[in-house]
Amino acid sequence: MQSLKVVGTSPPRIDEREKVTGAAQFVDDIEFGPNLLHAEIVESPHPHALIEKIDVSEARKLPGVMAVVTGKDFPYKYGLYMKDRYILAQDRVRFVGEQVAGVIARDARTARRAAKLIKIKYKPIKPVLDQMAAVRKQTVLIHPDLGEYPHVPWFFPQAGTNIAHWRKIRKGDLAAGFKAADVVLEDTYHISRYAHCCMETHIAVGQVDRSGRLTVWASSQSPHTQRNLFAEALSPLGFAHKDVRVITPHIGGGFGGKAGVTMEILAAAFATVVKGHPVKVRWRRDQEFYNTYMRQAVVSKLKIGVKKDGTITGFEMANYWDAGPFVEYGANVVNSSGLSATGPYSIPNIKIDSYCIYTNLPAAGPYRGFGYSEMLFGVESHMDRLARKIGMSPVEFRRKNGIRRGQSLTYGAGMNEGDLQQCVEKVAKIIRPEKKEVSKNPDKVIGKGMAVCWKGPAMPPNASSAAFLKFNEDGSLNILISGIDMGQGLLTVMAQIASEVLTVPVSKIRVEMPDTDRNPYEWQTVASHVTWSCGNAVRRAALDAREQIFETISRAYKYTPESLYLEEEQVKCHADPTFAVPLKGFVIDGIMLEDGTFRGGPIVGRGMFMPEFMSTKCDPATSQGGHPNPHYTLGAAALTLEVDKQTGKVRVLKVAEALDCGKAINPEMVRQQITGGFLQGLATALYEDMRFDPKTGRILNPNFTDYKIPTALDIPDEIIPVIVESPQHDGPFGARGIGEHPMIPVAPAVANALYDAIGIRFKSIPITAEKVAMAIKSGKKEVD
Amino acid sequence: MKKTITFTLNGEKRTVDVEPAEILLDVLRDKLGTKGPKYGCGRGDCGTCTVLLDGKSVRSCLMLAVEVDGRKVETVEGLSRGKPSPLQEAFIAHSSFQCGFCAPGILMTATELLRKNPRPTRGDVQEAISGNLCRCTGYEPIIKAVLSVTKKKNKK
Ligand code: FES
Ligand code: FES
Repeated sequence: MQSLKVVGTSPPRIDEREKVTGAAQFVDDIEFGPNLLHAEIVESPHPHALIEKIDVSEARKLPGVMAVVTGKDFPYKYGLYMKDRYILAQDRVRFVGEQVAGVIARDARTARRAAKLIKIKYKPIKPVLDQMAAVRKQTVLIHPDLGEYPHVPWFFPQAGTNIAHWRKIRKGDLAAGFKAADVVLEDTYHISRYAHCCMETHIAVGQVDRSGRLTVWASSQSPHTQRNLFAEALSPLGFAHKDVRVITPHIGGGFGGKAGVTMEILAAAFATVVKGHPVKVRWRRDQEFYNTYMRQAVVSKLKIGVKKDGTITGFEMANYWDAGPFVEYGANVVNSSGLSATGPYSIPNIKIDSYCIYTNLPAAGPYRGFGYSEMLFGVESHMDRLARKIGMSPVEFRRKNGIRRGQSLTYGAGMNEGDLQQCVEKVAKIIRPEKKEVSKNPDKVIGKGMAVCWKGPAMPPNASSAAFLKFNEDGSLNILISGIDMGQGLLTVMAQIASEVLTVPVSKIRVEMPDTDRNPYEWQTVASHVTWSCGNAVRRAALDAREQIFETISRAYKYTPESLYLEEEQVKCHADPTFAVPLKGFVIDGIMLEDGTFRGGPIVGRGMFMPEFMSTKCDPATSQGGHPNPHYTLGAAALTLEVDKQTGKVRVLKVAEALDCGKAINPEMVRQQITGGFLQGLATALYEDMRFDPKTGRILNPNFTDYKIPTALDIPDEIIPVIVESPQHDGPFGARGIGEHPMIPVAPAVANALYDAIGIRFKSIPITAEKVAMAIKSGKKEVD
Repeated sequence: MKKTITFTLNGEKRTVDVEPAEILLDVLRDKLGTKGPKYGCGRGDCGTCTVLLDGKSVRSCLMLAVEVDGRKVETVEGLSRGKPSPLQEAFIAHSSFQCGFCAPGILMTATELLRKNPRPTRGDVQEAISGNLCRCTGYEPIIKAVLSVTKKKNKK
């Protein structure tokens, strides 16, 4: 391969200027004119109840109210992987906060006042607020008709129970594995729920114009998937896909929270009853916590056996996921992380059961890391403990056992490229976990810890990306994709990929946020797959354009297409060093021949990518066979922290985190993902502490005063992001994704460092200062 | 009930009718088309709505519009007269913001800091922006950019 000129460099983000001048438009910044209506939602005060009667007559009478809607107006089920929810509750509510009715009014204040006038009679049912209670034989069923819900073929709902999906992995001979072990360790880990906390809350504006076409402006990671689900859910109202349009301007953070469809469907549905008017639904911060998706909680029961030399011989895990009342997306978190629950180790004897369990807490679903952070907290804590038990350093243990290319994955396929050993070595070299450090302050102790991570994109085997690339008269480019830049830098990276192929500088390339009418298909921007998948589509579109350029030139001049190449925005020829035609001009206007006729015309590249090797077909009893994940990205984090023995406060002094991204298209943006993702992971380990009312499951702290996300004062003193590059054979220029990964190893690394510092094993997160201080005082060695 | 207020918004005199209970953030955005300040929480926790009032950073989601009558309000739209300010240039050069939703607020807070203290330390910057939440960046690229403005000044 020729040496790369643009890929591997770090031009500034192409949309940064918009963002720092206030020019960047988010949905709430778009002007919709005086006809804009506002919606207010009436939410259930009960965690579980039957709806007996809804009286909207008073609300309807209030001047300024345009419409009042209830579940009866939209008796349509929807869902991404399993259709288990309705736009508004039908006959039953399943969590405190569930949307039951809606008011659409001229202004937000009137909508709020009218919402208060709606009278609803409920008949409470006993709620199930804990996933362990939900799987007991004698329990209340949250979805009595679960057996009838349509779902993707790789889900296995257990009708007549609260188990929405059960992913089983069986491999090798587990009993023999444990028999061969010198040490077997068994324990249980608890991981709490967390909220995404995008700075921009969910927002959508829907409009059905008087000709009957539906447009939704949404802060979304998934415009095409939304279009598909809106068209599907509202098809009884006569919408065809071509009549549904989703426009996504800049979005103020995603982290998985804006994947799929949540509240946006309200805007779409409400628009159908007030034709001609745009309707805005904007979540308040508290609604953002409980009425989109949050991260699922999980109880992990783990049993791992190792030999004295460090060989892992057996791995048994049961994961009980508290998914809330709607799992149309969350069940796939359980599925995907269940398939990879061993962490980045190839282990011969495995038994893993992952249960996606309905509860009457708020709905939970995709969150950066897609279940892997939760899985790996237990696994990486356990591995550390086992290493210590056999007297091996945790670093050496991971170096020895870390999965290598070609080794067998839990489902039998071979591991892709990636160098976990190098990641481990690099972070260990910076942090030196074996070297003890002593604080000068007698009240403080220093500890070091590490953890490794992996994650593969969780996506249907036919999830695809497409790209159009259009040349302009001056040789500049517009690239149309439907991947979302929620801050990770996708637009810039796509420009770099096209620039590399076509030699057009990044400054002459515009890539914007999508409009499904104009931009070609993208499944969704989730799963850390768009650099890889959309990147492949853009690269192919650029190659397609290049082919057209050479074809035009060869028709106008005597040279064959094979003899031509691009350099500095010119077409040049290997056979004739004096030949050079600038792209400028002919990429639209064509080339004039001597007789005054023209050859060529507008150059429009097209590219698409679908990973044709993926398959979810497998034996459901063992999960053996198939290729459900396209690849994995590997990484490691090591850190030094300081604990204040009096207050329990933990401060990260230094951290190194390495990820093998295959090829860093824009190294600065990779480093920034690591920096931001590390802090988000650290927050789950130390700060964010979601509380629920034990009687009703109502969230008690849906605000930033009580649910503390990190401020600029809570960051590590020093963070060293490390890039490792083992090229991915099917990635654009060798790249694979890293967006979610930085937060995955953080919580176990913190727990392992805390053990190193104070000799206390924390088996649940968050590990708040209060928890640490109390543990030190109590003299406990283990904290559940 | 309505009250007519007049104040200077980004250097320009603006007059607008407001209800006594109307929030400054809503008036700026919905009545005056100034969309820089954003709604992030509506209760003073996040800082995305930060504006400068007579040079001091305030949370426009907690202020009544009537309170700014006769005073001077600055938002992100007022920072670049013709071309971006040195602070904005520094943020661009460092690709500091990811989603950018926190940017209009952080820009105002950092502008206030640099006006008061042209040579802040890392700790000063951390302290100053600690009321502005950012979920994306881990704050490092923001802090670096603010400090780089200082360094440039030092060289001069
Ligand atoms: S919106 Fe004003 S502080 Fe959050
Ligand atoms: S850049 Fe997204 S919140 Fe700061």
